[in-house]
Amino acid sequence: MGVRVGVVVFPGSNCDRDTMHALSLAGAEPVALWHEAAALDGVAAVVLPGGFAYGDYVRAGVIARFSPVMRAVAAFAADGGLVLGICNGFQVLAEAGLVPGALLRNASLRFAGQGVAIAAERLDTAFTHAVDSRRPLHMPVAHGEGRYYADDATLDSLEREGRILFRYVDPAGDPAEPGDRANPNGSLRAIAGVLNAAGNVAGLMPHPERASETILGSDDGMGIVRSLVESAARAATGSRPVEVGAR
Amino acid sequence: MTSYGFAVNVTPKPGILDPAGRAVEGSLGHLGIEGVRDVRIGRRVELTVEADDEATARATVERLAGEMLSNPLIEAFAIEPIGATSSAVSHEHQVNAAAGEA
Repeated sequence: MGVRVGVVVFPGSNCDRDTMHALSLAGAEPVALWHEAAALDGVAAVVLPGGFAYGDYVRAGVIARFSPVMRAVAAFAADGGLVLGICNGFQVLAEAGLVPGALLRNASLRFAGQGVAIAAERLDTAFTHAVDSRRPLHMPVAHGEGRYYADDATLDSLEREGRILFRYVDPAGDPAEPGDRANPNGSLRAIAGVLNAAGNVAGLMPHPERASETILGSDDGMGIVRSLVESAARAATGSRPVEVGAR
Repeated sequence: MTSYGFAVNVTPKPGILDPAGRAVEGSLGHLGIEGVRDVRIGRRVELTVEADDEATARATVERLAGEMLSNPLIEAFAIEPIGATSSAVSHEHQVNAAAGEA
């Protein structure tokens, strides 16, 4: 059996099954973690999947942030555990303060359901080491609130510290600034995904799990999924205790 | 315990692009309205708190507003008392008034 990777299921999550499928393709044993769970069942990494947790009422991700499972996820992250938030999962991480910034309503005011191209800014992280090159990765976005925002000082420090993980890029491979058609939501500095300071928590708006097999049009997302699974396997066999329960 | 009514007004912070506000501005010409700018769209949350005194009630609302109803990175909030201690009575009054109008 592969390494156990948890996928949190909030009421309103709708990408949990796809995410579990992609994790299986990468050789992991996916474990569903219900939002009311106070412990993480000994998983070596956690994915917060896409969807509309708790209906996205008030602001996307904020009600989910206060769920029992997120208390356990925050403790797991503080202990160095690997956490990846995809789309709504990224919004939850941002609301919880586990990654910097906020995801605002798309500048277009439209739900963005389309293919995008993103480039990994770094290929040496727990989430990107198996991404094969800096060539643009093609995968879908599907969100109404994905416009990455942080104040200028935060954006500068993210750039300086190499914590911008993914950027939307135009057909030439250059960052797609707000207003560029290749930037689906008006994200500042073309940011599609970021990393926390310790490098163990990441969030991105595009859906790697929806680009997990060529029959879906792209398997570019698997570089990210494989990176996570391999990193989780290393964490599981390392010295760090894997069991992180409720505190 | 007394009931205290509050409204929490949440608005986007200055400098944050508010595309919904822009959309309203863009449509003003269709209404024949001129001279309106700086449209900022937020949300208003009304609630009632049961507490021993108003200071305690307000502290509860402050916490709720700061932790959940607004995101301090992007939004500001202002709290205003509404209805105060007679909120239950005034609610009934409103219902009666509405029924009377019907």
